[in-house]
Amino acid sequence: MNRRDSLKALGLTAISTTVLLDACKQPEAKTEVAAPEESAKEAGREQWELDRDKNLKSETFFTKHEMATLTVLADIIIPKDEVSGSASDAKVPEFIEFIVKDIPEHKTPMRGGLKWLDLYSFNKFQKPFIEASADQQISIVDEIAYPKKARPEMQAGVAFFNRMRNLTASGFYTTEMGVKDIGYVGNAPNQWTGVPPDVLKQYGMENVKI
Amino acid sequence: MSDFQIKKSPTVYDAIVVGSGAGGGMAAYVLAHAGQKVLMLEAGQNFDPRLDSHQLKWPWESPRRGAGTVRPFGDFDASYGGWELEGEPYTQKNKSEFEWFRSRMLGGRTNHWGRISLRMGPDDFKPKDGLTDSWPITYADVKPFYDKVDRMIGIYGTAEGLENEPDGIFMKPPKPRLNELFIKKGAEKAGVKVITGRGSVLTEALPNNNDRAPCFYCGQCGRSCKVYGDFSSSSCLVNPAVKTGNLTVITDAMVREVITDKDGTAKGVSYVNRKDLQEYQVNGKLVILGASACESARILLNSKSTSHPNGLANSSGVVGKYLHDSTGASVSGFLPQLMDRKRYNEDGVGSVHIYSPWWLDNRKLNFPRGYHIEYWGGMGMPAYGFGGGVAQMNGMVPGRDGKMKEAGGYGKSLKDDYRRFYGTGVGMAGRGTAIARESNYCEIDPNTVDKYGIPVLRFNYKWDKDEILQAKHMQETFLSIMKEMGAVVTSEIQGADTNYGLLNPGKIIHEVGTIRMGDDPKKSALNKYCQAHDCKNLFVVDAGPFVQQGDKNATWTILALSMRTAEYILAQKKKQNI
Repeated sequence: MNRRDSLKALGLTAISTTVLLDACKQPEAKTEVAAPEESAKEAGREQWELDRDKNLKSETFFTKHEMATLTVLADIIIPKDEVSGSASDAKVPEFIEFIVKDIPEHKTPMRGGLKWLDLYSFNKFQKPFIEASADQQISIVDEIAYPKKARPEMQAGVAFFNRMRNLTASGFYTTEMGVKDIGYVGNAPNQWTGVPPDVLKQYGMENVKI
Repeated sequence: MSDFQIKKSPTVYDAIVVGSGAGGGMAAYVLAHAGQKVLMLEAGQNFDPRLDSHQLKWPWESPRRGAGTVRPFGDFDASYGGWELEGEPYTQKNKSEFEWFRSRMLGGRTNHWGRISLRMGPDDFKPKDGLTDSWPITYADVKPFYDKVDRMIGIYGTAEGLENEPDGIFMKPPKPRLNELFIKKGAEKAGVKVITGRGSVLTEALPNNNDRAPCFYCGQCGRSCKVYGDFSSSSCLVNPAVKTGNLTVITDAMVREVITDKDGTAKGVSYVNRKDLQEYQVNGKLVILGASACESARILLNSKSTSHPNGLANSSGVVGKYLHDSTGASVSGFLPQLMDRKRYNEDGVGSVHIYSPWWLDNRKLNFPRGYHIEYWGGMGMPAYGFGGGVAQMNGMVPGRDGKMKEAGGYGKSLKDDYRRFYGTGVGMAGRGTAIARESNYCEIDPNTVDKYGIPVLRFNYKWDKDEILQAKHMQETFLSIMKEMGAVVTSEIQGADTNYGLLNPGKIIHEVGTIRMGDDPKKSALNKYCQAHDCKNLFVVDAGPFVQQGDKNATWTILALSMRTAEYILAQKKKQNI
């Protein structure tokens, strides 16, 4: 059934923004309603949402250097292991580029945090973060990755790393690779018949009834 | 030459229905099926779940991975709207923080709602404590309509025989999930009753209905359902009504006011088309408002004339007053027992599998009325925000080696933690009775108009100690349940400084009471059939007529009352009274 037929089957042809126009004098410059092909492509979206996404995608926020730094950090947070690939394999840096434009509160803390990281690295190793050795990078990350243990003067770095870690997890586990890794097996038509018997047994819940 | 004109249609409809949500949809459905020629005006655009739902999409199909940037309940949620709409402001008085959620679409907020479908009980209509006015109707008056709504739309649940939680005509309920079994055990130890949820989701085929298919358990009712397996006004009421050939729907029709004759009777409605920005006027023998409690109040207050100088149906001055939204507060955390749990699909239905109806005796409490508890948790589909708490949680329980470790981290060990904690989340929220008070109201702001030039609403709403003490009780109860089930609390502990986590009014989106019914025309706007005391051919079928909401979600009562009003209209027409 194509879109026109299903509309017809559902009786929706009687739903219109222009039902009354026949009965009325037409305005001199009548604007056409959005072309049907376009709305068919993007069902369930308002036009302003589509326009907003298009605009965000046409902008670039992070510089090349910032993106390179983000990529190193994201892969330190989520590296490749025996189950799945790394954050950059799942295009997490590209997601972060989009999300900071979508949620602009992220912009300044991310830009400023990256700058803080470079400056800290420079003071310590006389190199920006991405040019430091892997061991040097990890030594800095160790100082900001554990909020309770971190020295008070590292607080700016801790706040940045918290945000970076959260964005990396968001970006990774919402990809096909991440969903597979975490083991989410829903989002498909099925019959829910309750907790599997072996699981009920594992937790001693066989006799719990609602 | 100026292009400005008001386009008047010569057609006179039997009824004009404003709004296509639960109330407007039901009124149009009943009238159109009885052969009445009905015109429905919807302020938003067309929406059909079959075509427009984002059901079964994956997080990566959203550039923001489902984040709530443009839609408050996430990128796939079925709402064209939110608490803020571009060009349609509302204002506040006396530092009020009322938040008004509007969905501008066919079916309104029924497209994305939680489908929790509770009847109000005998005590909700006739409160025994005398604190608030009784409804002019009883549970017995509404029961036959609740029954009809159950049969017509479909609802699952279990008969429990609880006096103020009346049973309905139920389909089989979905089985509980694992975390819900933990909740049941823990809540019972804490003295809190837990029963099967009640939701308008088809867990069985709906008899004599070929348009709707049973639920296939994706758990995504909030996105609206392509097979019409749950209740949306668009899929269950408006589309079938259109099929009768008796209902015409005009979308993008933002109603300005109800037009009255010199003798004060309603004769039509004027609206602005949101797309062409032209002005229209349509005529009907009856006008039925179902635009939502606040929007219908706004229309009435903006419909001033020499016969109705105070606004239409407002000689009593009550329109806009007695506004109340359910209270809400919550606690969340995780169940360490569920770490490293086995993976399987537990999406279930998109409404609640379990809930706790109000279980206590107010004589032993320091606040009136009560609340019910809704629960969540389990192995949900990842979305923006996923794993956000893991870097704190991994410092709260022993690691694989049995030793405590420092919260935070990175690398392979953090990646392992994301897996270990997945599906352990658990939480609960109270939805309680807020007292209907004359001092909580919406009114027209004389200084502000929206982009269509329609004067906007201004809100005045303050929580009282009744609601604050109720929220305090919620927090204590939730923490006790969490403790009894062995959960670790990760949400912030709320105290007096934050009103115990009591959310702003409007946040629960159960706002009601602004056009209340009653037997006394001096104290109410509508009679017990939702017919205006001052204007016999004007009716209100949304949550405006509510005298006092219980802790129950409003939708099932809106549907029952709207059906009752529509049947009353047909009976009165037969007698030629209207």
